[in-house]
Amino acid sequence: MPLRNLKRTAQAVSVVVVLVLGGILVWRVATRDGGVQIHGGKSVAAPALILPRLDAPGTLSLASLRGKVVAVNFWASWCGPCRDEAPLLERTWTGSRAKGLVVVGVDANDYSGDARRFMRAHGLTYPILHDAHGSTLGHWGVPGLPTTFVVSRSGRVVAKVVGGLRVGDNAAAFKREIAAALAT
Amino acid sequence: MKRLAVLVSIVVAAAVAIAVPADRAHASGRPSAAELESELVCVTCKTTLDESNSPIAQRMKAYIRRRIAEGASGKQIKDELVAEFGEEVLATPPTHGFDLLAWVLPIGGIGAGAVGLAVLAWAWSRRREGRDGGGEPPGTEPLDPELERRVDEALARFDT
Repeated sequence: MPLRNLKRTAQAVSVVVVLVLGGILVWRVATRDGGVQIHGGKSVAAPALILPRLDAPGTLSLASLRGKVVAVNFWASWCGPCRDEAPLLERTWTGSRAKGLVVVGVDANDYSGDARRFMRAHGLTYPILHDAHGSTLGHWGVPGLPTTFVVSRSGRVVAKVVGGLRVGDNAAAFKREIAAALAT
Repeated sequence: MKRLAVLVSIVVAAAVAIAVPADRAHASGRPSAAELESELVCVTCKTTLDESNSPIAQRMKAYIRRRIAEGASGKQIKDELVAEFGEEVLATPPTHGFDLLAWVLPIGGIGAGAVGLAVLAWAWSRRREGRDGGGEPPGTEPLDPELERRVDEALARFDT
């Protein structure tokens, strides 16, 4: 009799455990965050971005830049195309800052010391944030470095450029999207 | 029951021995780069450093070698990398705070499984003992008096 009760309890517990694990699996698959994807020119709300700054003390939040056009550039000091595009980003920032553009660099998966040396070497003056272990890459849908997003004044991502801005047509697409966002 | 308790103790002790982090050996001594590279994770590819050749993994390996040459301990180097990249850089979870669960739960699971098995085996053996030791063995129940009388009559006929 006790054995039969024990057996039934064990069976009930096993069924509950399997159901709970199955539920967790379904929930994880259903709520999986694929990050920012731009399809057919449709904009999407920009994910939150709050990280410590490398160029200054404290943190910077993307939400605090609402009303400005923001180019969010994910990079790392060990990434070759990031070196190539750095001068273009700096020129874009200095050239369009007065019109309401902010370039925000996000140094990801990188030593902060290496990143600071990179900033000095390329004379970068725009805000640079540090995401040491790439915690924001998934939410933003960054498939590799560098990747650059254009965020409108209303906080929506209107363009995503994967790869270096000096590669193929990326630079032209980036400039076009920045100009369009600044015009609104 | 005593034997089962011993068996459970052995299983739990073996599980603990298997689960103890391997870095205890060099935690206070001079580490080797190969050991540390197998215990730390490349932050971009999420594999251990000894299996990764990505640019950041190469920088991390160079950092480890430099710090070893400077006389840093394995724990110091790990702490510095955790400060730089966070605890995600460790191949095995830390043995404190919430991460302790990652060590305790498997051991607890094995222990609970062993205890469950022991209880089942104990209950099963008790039931078997009860069936074998108590009551009349099969075929020894007293016969119905009427049937017994007829059997006696039949046997008497054979005697004559």
